[in-house]
Amino acid sequence: MNDLRLRLGQNLGLLLAIGLFLLFWLVYNGLHPKGFSTAVLIQNANESFVIGAVAMAQTVPVLAGGLDLSVGAVMTLVNCLASVLVNGSGWQMVLGIVVCLAAGTLAGWVNGVVVVYGRIQPIIATLATGAVYIGIALFIRPTPGGDVDGDLSWALTNDIYEFCATYGLFDDGEAAWLAPFAWIPMPLAIMLLVIFLVWIPFRNSVTGRGVYAIGSSEGAAYMSGVRIDRCKIAAFTLAGFFAGLGGLYLALQTSSGNADVPQAGAYTLNSIAAVVIGGTSLMGGSGGAICSLIGAMVIRAISFNFRIFDIAPLLQPLFEGIVLLGAVSIGAARVFRVKNRLELLG
Amino acid sequence: MATGSLPKPASGWSLSPEDKPILIAGAFILVILAIGTAYTLATQGTASFLSPVYLLQQLQVGAFLGIVAAGAMLVILLGHIDLSIPWTLTAGAMLGSAIGGPYAIPVGLAVGMVVGLVNGLGVAYLRVPSMIFTLGVNAVMRGFMVMLTGGYAPQSTATPLMSYLATGHVLGIPMPLIVWAVLSVLVVLLLQRTSVGRYIYAIGNRERAAYLSGINTRMVIILAFIISGACSALAGVLLAGYSSKAYQGMGDPYLLPAIAAVVIGGTNILGGRGRYLGTVVGTILIVLLTSVLSVMQMPEAGRQIIYGLVIILMLLVYGRQRGVIA
Amino acid sequence: MTPDNSPFLELSGVSKRYGGVRALENVDFACRRGSIHAVLGENGAGKSTLIKIIAGVVQPDEGIMRLAGQPVRFRDPLAANAAGIVCIFQELSLMPDLSVADNIGISNPPRTRLGLIDKRAQRRRTEELLARVGCEDVNPLEQVKNLPLSRRQMVEIAKALGRGPRLLILDEATSALTSSDVLKVYDILKKLGEEGLSLLYISHRMHEIEALADTCSVFRNGRHIETFPAGTRGPDEIVQLMIGREMAHVYPPKPAGRGAVPPVLEVQDLRWGDRLNGVSLKVGKGEIVGLGGLDGQGQRELQLALFGVLSGLSGTILVDGKPVTLSSPAQAKHHSIGMALIPEDRKTEGLMLPMSIADNIGMAAMGSLTSGVFVDPAKERAAIQRMVDKLKIKVGDVADPVATLSGGNQQKVVIAKWLLTEPRIILLNDPTRGIDVGTKQELYQLLRDLADAGASILFYTTDYDELIGCCDRVLILYDGRIVRELQGDEIDEKAIVATSLNLPTTAETPFSAEAAP
Repeated sequence: MNDLRLRLGQNLGLLLAIGLFLLFWLVYNGLHPKGFSTAVLIQNANESFVIGAVAMAQTVPVLAGGLDLSVGAVMTLVNCLASVLVNGSGWQMVLGIVVCLAAGTLAGWVNGVVVVYGRIQPIIATLATGAVYIGIALFIRPTPGGDVDGDLSWALTNDIYEFCATYGLFDDGEAAWLAPFAWIPMPLAIMLLVIFLVWIPFRNSVTGRGVYAIGSSEGAAYMSGVRIDRCKIAAFTLAGFFAGLGGLYLALQTSSGNADVPQAGAYTLNSIAAVVIGGTSLMGGSGGAICSLIGAMVIRAISFNFRIFDIAPLLQPLFEGIVLLGAVSIGAARVFRVKNRLELLG
Repeated sequence: MATGSLPKPASGWSLSPEDKPILIAGAFILVILAIGTAYTLATQGTASFLSPVYLLQQLQVGAFLGIVAAGAMLVILLGHIDLSIPWTLTAGAMLGSAIGGPYAIPVGLAVGMVVGLVNGLGVAYLRVPSMIFTLGVNAVMRGFMVMLTGGYAPQSTATPLMSYLATGHVLGIPMPLIVWAVLSVLVVLLLQRTSVGRYIYAIGNRERAAYLSGINTRMVIILAFIISGACSALAGVLLAGYSSKAYQGMGDPYLLPAIAAVVIGGTNILGGRGRYLGTVVGTILIVLLTSVLSVMQMPEAGRQIIYGLVIILMLLVYGRQRGVIA
Repeated sequence: MTPDNSPFLELSGVSKRYGGVRALENVDFACRRGSIHAVLGENGAGKSTLIKIIAGVVQPDEGIMRLAGQPVRFRDPLAANAAGIVCIFQELSLMPDLSVADNIGISNPPRTRLGLIDKRAQRRRTEELLARVGCEDVNPLEQVKNLPLSRRQMVEIAKALGRGPRLLILDEATSALTSSDVLKVYDILKKLGEEGLSLLYISHRMHEIEALADTCSVFRNGRHIETFPAGTRGPDEIVQLMIGREMAHVYPPKPAGRGAVPPVLEVQDLRWGDRLNGVSLKVGKGEIVGLGGLDGQGQRELQLALFGVLSGLSGTILVDGKPVTLSSPAQAKHHSIGMALIPEDRKTEGLMLPMSIADNIGMAAMGSLTSGVFVDPAKERAAIQRMVDKLKIKVGDVADPVATLSGGNQQKVVIAKWLLTEPRIILLNDPTRGIDVGTKQELYQLLRDLADAGASILFYTTDYDELIGCCDRVLILYDGRIVRELQGDEIDEKAIVATSLNLPTTAETPFSAEAAP
């Protein structure tokens, strides 16, 4: 009981984010003519996947007390790479996917190495490497376009049933045991898979906890025998993997690659917003990738509502901005509760 | 250490840790010029990079970035960051030229100061991390501008004064350069000779200790953000004068180069340390690098890569920071 | 205790330099199994460097270290840990955002078959360790930042024990503990010694050393001066070894009893949350009033409240008999109030460590160093030099970062910063923590001089000795209120300890300022 109270108390930010998401999403579905249907769910999940993945990417370095300004660039780089590689025969596609994810991971690893061994502040190191990654993306794909396998694209951006049907798995998805899950959108399924196979094991590994420890107090972590260098590199590497996943999915979703510099910047900045809305402290040490995923979903759910409320396109950026500003200012409520002003200062 | 408050005794001329990045960046500027000159000599047989006309022209273009970087530096010294620069700049330019007439420039600057005030209030009073609050303010400003202009470049053109400040010359010296120089003198005076300057460094080093020293830290933070907003707007006004009108997204190419210029100049991105001269040198470095690459007809892809590598290289050369346990 | 006589840890010819400064010079040092070995010395004597070398935080320039006879060289703290050397540092090595269990299991947690952290086993182990240090009340899931300082320090000790140390180093590890916890720690340490563990113990509190250590080593100026069995030398003799000169009286004489002085600072029924429950006090002109009691009874909050840091206060604060509302240190500093606070943690609250000594000293009094808009360099230089001379701050160059100074000199810089504002009311929060004997003595004299010059001083210290030696009156806090005022000869250790623990005989009636004799 006491434990539960403590756990809830330590996750107030996440609870708040979940509440916000449910609010916006339920309103959207309630007012949507086809609300609460699989079609809407699939569309929502597709539109949330990339920003969710990039937000998760941003989270890991933030937990260690650094920022990664290259997540959008890595996402873009892998997006362009995927638009070249993910086609052909089955095995070629699998190889292409593996190469894409490996490229993202490698880019993240390079970030980690530059930060750790170059001893450059993460924010500025990743600003620089981000420029390099965008440059490489432009070499790969100077103009938007590409050739992504249509079947794969279809299969991975619909529900589980369609996935099975496309590849003839489980009686074309008609197997009785599959029925309860058949409606689940593939992006959601992939995300859950990644969370359970990648994030949660990382979170519970010595290295993963080391990342939290560094963000909480780097000096104390060093004194406690945490392998600082290894943990930091791991944090950036995992960020690269997540960002790469986002880029790969974007290629599937749009069937193309686009080395769009402003778009990369927008993803990076939105990822930071998602991290904050999800309740992860920018100072590091508390929060997590799941929090940021929820944060990204809040941002998306807000923009879904623009369609429903039919807000004039010219007003949408203003509304988005005000909502974003409002959301990040929610945390300010605590300022007025704090009675010891020193607690507000670093 | 932070501000040359008390000069060291004249015995022996020693290099302070803050001078090193400035000297290295200065040397690197010479390397860039040498490479550019070698290239033009080989391809065109001229040393156009070394001509005073060319250099003044580059400084004129660089002034816009330099003005933005001056404001960005004050905020970075506090340990904060101003990501609202792009649309503050654009808003200053658009609203200034929309008003027109004698009030164009004051209105433009006032817009920047109001944005800075909002940033400052959010950071100092609401204690929202500046990175995220200024990001939100940037989005709001973009929203305002899209709403006001319909997403197109506004019809109004820059006033003659704006054009003069951006393209005029006095004694052969481009006006923007003079504006930049005047601003630089003011910033140096602020940082080195006033108590507010001292407070900025103090807050950047340890806000808690600054607050307990009886410094009105909130006011200092707000002031720095106001100055940063005003600098962005000033650059916007000049830029509108330079291209004779304001346009969507005119501020976007200035944010990251401004931060890069500050950091290449040796200012600690976490605040508390750095000299203004470094920011000037960093600005010139970035402007010349961009210019040399474009003369060499480097495609965008290559430019991005070189740009990134140069930042990393410079910071590596500046030497490793101390480890965790100093 | 029957310690095995072969040395467990042995250093020979160890030297370490930082830049041009010799921190350790050709040190030979040994520590036996089962021994509680106290290391004594002023700040800057080389104790910290010695410990850092043993713990693998820094590497020696010269010399050999042997562990159980084998030469060893540690690359980092992890390597030292692996060899069984565990350190409890003065600066806590806890991660505030992590849970108690995660902190205790940080470097070597129990693992599941997949190699991941076994949370259940980790929790069980945490509970065992917490029980061992008598902290069963701490929930292993609680984040460390939500624990009071004294609990955190106990968690730190539990964490160290959890690593199965063969040599345990305690660097001022009891400085934040409550007296009852200190006794628990003594018991644990003695038991560990009997189990054959070697303990290196660093403390500035002489009575702790007397109570615990069986061997003492004195360091001075980076050299190992002498090692002797505990109890063979008296405290005065030890202090003399440490400072290398004859010790005069530690505390300056108090002025003879004087008549009633008009209160400069008066507090009536001050309340703040559950930390201050109706504090009333008066501090007269030229008076040094001590704040005593166990740690965490509201002393820190009281000072912060007076200095304008806390909001949501009720009660009245009067300065010169006039009620004032203070909502920021900037207001409290204003010359109409003239208040100064020497905060608890000089590294994060008192100083901007990377900034120069000069910048730090001038920071609170910039207003008076400014002519018109600009800082007046001549005025500033003169004022700073005056402070450096007055407080005898040992500086090479005032333009050097303040971080290069020793702890005692750093504290002097904090005080100099405030003296420059010419304060009339000075609040001090444990200003001598972690400071060497010589500097302490200078500070005591300084406080008395300031009081004689008319300042009113409210002095919180965790060291009973200082309350007895320095203060004209002592107010004991318990649970956010003043439970007793001690005056003149009443101020002795017995009275302070008894009242601090709020023993029933002394706490029947809450103290009120008017009731003072």
